[in-house]
Amino acid sequence: MSVAVLRRPGLSRLRTPHAPLYLLCLAFVTVVVLAALLAPWISPADPNAVDLGNALAGPSAAHPFGVDSSGRDTLARLVTGARTSLLGPLGVVAFSTLAGVAIGTTAAWRGGWLDSVLSRSTELVFAFPGMLLAILIVAVYGEGLTAPVIALAVAYLPYVSRLTRSLVLAERQRPYVNAYVVQGHSAPQICLRHVLPNVGPVVLAQSTINFGYALIDLAGLSFLGLGVPALTPDWGRMVLDGQTAVQRGYPLSAIWPCVAIVLTVVAFNVVGERWADRVARRDR
Amino acid sequence: MNFLRFGLRRLAEMAVTLLAASFVIFGAMYLAPGSPASFLLSGRSASPAALEAINRQYHLDDPFAVRYFRWLGQLLHGDFGRSITYRTDVSRLLADRLPSTLLLVAMALVLVVAAGLALGRIAAVRGGAVDSTILVTTTLAVGTPSFVAAVLLQGLFAVRLHWFPAGGTGDGPVQMLWHLTLPAVALALYLIGMLARVTRSAMVEVLGQEHVTVALSRGVPRRKVMGRHVFRNALGTVLTTGGLIVSTLLVCTVLVESAFGVGGIGQLLELSITTKDFPTVQAISLTMVGLFMLINLAVDLAHPLVDPRIALGPRRSAA
Amino acid sequence: MNTQEKHASCASTGSVTASPVLDIRGLRLRLPRTARPVLDGVDLTVAAGETVALVGESGSGKTLTSRSVLRLLPPGAGTEGAVRVAGEDVLTMSAARLRALRTGTAAMIFQDPRAAINPLRRIGDFLTESLRLNTGTSAEEAERRAGELLVAVGLAPAVMRQYPGQLSGGMLQRVMIAAALMGDPALLLADEATTALDVTTQAEVVALLGDLRDRFGTGLLFVTHDLGLAATISDRVYVMYAGRIVEAGPADALFARPRHPYTAALLAATPRLDAPQGRLNAIDGQPPDLKAELTGCPFAPRCVHATGICTEQAPEDRAVTAAPDGREHRVACHHSDRVTGSADHG
Repeated sequence: MSVAVLRRPGLSRLRTPHAPLYLLCLAFVTVVVLAALLAPWISPADPNAVDLGNALAGPSAAHPFGVDSSGRDTLARLVTGARTSLLGPLGVVAFSTLAGVAIGTTAAWRGGWLDSVLSRSTELVFAFPGMLLAILIVAVYGEGLTAPVIALAVAYLPYVSRLTRSLVLAERQRPYVNAYVVQGHSAPQICLRHVLPNVGPVVLAQSTINFGYALIDLAGLSFLGLGVPALTPDWGRMVLDGQTAVQRGYPLSAIWPCVAIVLTVVAFNVVGERWADRVARRDR
Repeated sequence: MNFLRFGLRRLAEMAVTLLAASFVIFGAMYLAPGSPASFLLSGRSASPAALEAINRQYHLDDPFAVRYFRWLGQLLHGDFGRSITYRTDVSRLLADRLPSTLLLVAMALVLVVAAGLALGRIAAVRGGAVDSTILVTTTLAVGTPSFVAAVLLQGLFAVRLHWFPAGGTGDGPVQMLWHLTLPAVALALYLIGMLARVTRSAMVEVLGQEHVTVALSRGVPRRKVMGRHVFRNALGTVLTTGGLIVSTLLVCTVLVESAFGVGGIGQLLELSITTKDFPTVQAISLTMVGLFMLINLAVDLAHPLVDPRIALGPRRSAA
Repeated sequence: MNTQEKHASCASTGSVTASPVLDIRGLRLRLPRTARPVLDGVDLTVAAGETVALVGESGSGKTLTSRSVLRLLPPGAGTEGAVRVAGEDVLTMSAARLRALRTGTAAMIFQDPRAAINPLRRIGDFLTESLRLNTGTSAEEAERRAGELLVAVGLAPAVMRQYPGQLSGGMLQRVMIAAALMGDPALLLADEATTALDVTTQAEVVALLGDLRDRFGTGLLFVTHDLGLAATISDRVYVMYAGRIVEAGPADALFARPRHPYTAALLAATPRLDAPQGRLNAIDGQPPDLKAELTGCPFAPRCVHATGICTEQAPEDRAVTAAPDGREHRVACHHSDRVTGSADHG
């Protein structure tokens, strides 16, 4: 089978170097996801409690990661910020995966004009940088996470739909599909019960990789002050808030969210790549 | 002949895509809630007459199709409309700010190509510990968004070490290069990592091909084989990332120019969005998409030069 | 054990010079994560102007043997023994000497010409690069020589300006041969050089190789799994199994009266047009696994003549017919006298 996960080229054909790195990344992903889920209970302080007298103070027993220029606890904002920072990409990935699989499967199965229309529109979306689309949408709809999430989902959709289409086309050639057709099973039935479970793992690996990129894009929007509302704790927003402090020589409150973003993206990439490699090996 | 037809077809395709993009860009602005007029008045209550005057000046009352085609017609004459915020021609704004952005993108592109190709090549040729080190470094680079790189570089090299200015564009060519160095590095970092990995994996793939062994078996020095055969053959794969590299560079100028206060079209786009200056937003978006497509076209046209098999078409079997 | 045998007719073709162009002595090659050597004590010689065939199944080590002549070893390979080309040991020489040897003294023709030539460079570039980059030969000089050799292999010099994609497989193999001749080699190694070609082209290339050998006096080591081809073109034949030479001798003697059960089985498994019955005898079983230790004769598990001694003691290589200068018929088998061979095949 010649179909490979359509990765961003930066990661294509990369053999994830060592198993320990993968396990480390998997552990980090777990920690971040748990932090996001349990944020209200494990957050050490109120992420929005302003204490101007204590602004930009360094790490202390009360604030282990220090505080930002408004005196808000950095650790609390990081933990709570994990929620918005992960929820956005999750929405992007969920929407683009569902719609992409549906479109890709339909295009592959029905073929004909539907396929060419879908392929053409896919190419059109490919020609439009995803981040620019998101910026435009935010420009139009203003504050809020929904609009940019949908815009990015549309931008990521072609990655999934193109992959699904080629996978389903390959799967369709296999004799067992014909056997089901002969037995009188309906097309949606065969797709849902037999083809999709076989295609699923590859698509999932692709979506995991997309997650990291969606996180980068959404954090970038928050950094521009777009998307996430101003007071909501969010990693990209925290970098923006921290930037003035950086310029005044207090980099700590910006460094933490930067580290969180980089590590999370790297962890999702490594895990996704590992899965993609595993699926590729299984197919061989 | 073949080449010319290919080029013309791609040009036509590009025109169609650009048209579709212009429709999307204009349509998105049209659907926007909250009219620009109300923003212009910035909350002040205006007399119906004043409102109508603004609407007439910016043609805000016409039906969608009329406004779209008028806008398109003006575009074709190089007229991007008038900026609502700056009250000047958008084309003038663009002309003022495009040079800094283009310089920034060019500097970053040079960095990306030089460092990315070199790192990828070294990783593939040397292997072992050097390869692992480069692999780990580029894994980190690929996970670092440009704005994160921008803030960190600013904190270290501008604020802490005072090696570079913390922001601004600077006047005169030398000052501009000086001011744009950190932004260019921030812009390039992620793509250096990406290009290094693409180059490495493409070269590793070529290394496994028989003709490399054959060249070595004929006594061609290893260093020459790496250059003449391995690196040369990997370039085709590397070139396919050209479009992605340039589009990423263009879009990320919005983030990096904002972070460093560089007065280019990226920063202008950000400002125009916050002020709902739709003509400017439309013009910049379209400029970016157009530039992006031009680069894609150039990459497509350059491909046959790198890989003669494309120019020659399907293999002719001579008797 | 050494029963007297009738002298198999062994008509000497051409004179054999005293020092061979290729002299492999006790070559042993180990790869990482294997239990036994992939090449286990290989002895092989090729004299100037002589054609020697090295035959065996895929995986027997024949390609590794021929590649080790140019020190094209797999990563992590460890070697013992000596591989002398024109008197110099390839395995121990300096990198500079090795490049000189690869450019001049010895050259290899590879199996698949389409994979062996960089598709992105012109034929002329391929032909001249090793001379230009390694011996200060000027570009014009190298191109002149390339043009001559292209004519010698039956192609037009204009081919130099074309890309590999524009030529057929047969033409590319001729280019490959011309490239191999560029450095005026004393030894040509042909590694399955005709396998990827269709039958007509194959015959042309074989004829061309023979012709060039006569004209330039090069020694030719022909690695192949095609026994029929080996019988047609070679003066002497080495049969390889599981990294060892199991039988060696003059081509006509060896094929008329094989003394190793493996050679006999191979011959019986070779389709022939003149065979009376249309039934082929495939050899049962698989070659031994590299990951397992090997005691005794490697062929014993598949051999119809195997007895207790075969699994316990590795057979010594010994001469069955005496002849001077490595032209004797040698075999490594405990029961070589029991092998009736394919004499019935005609």
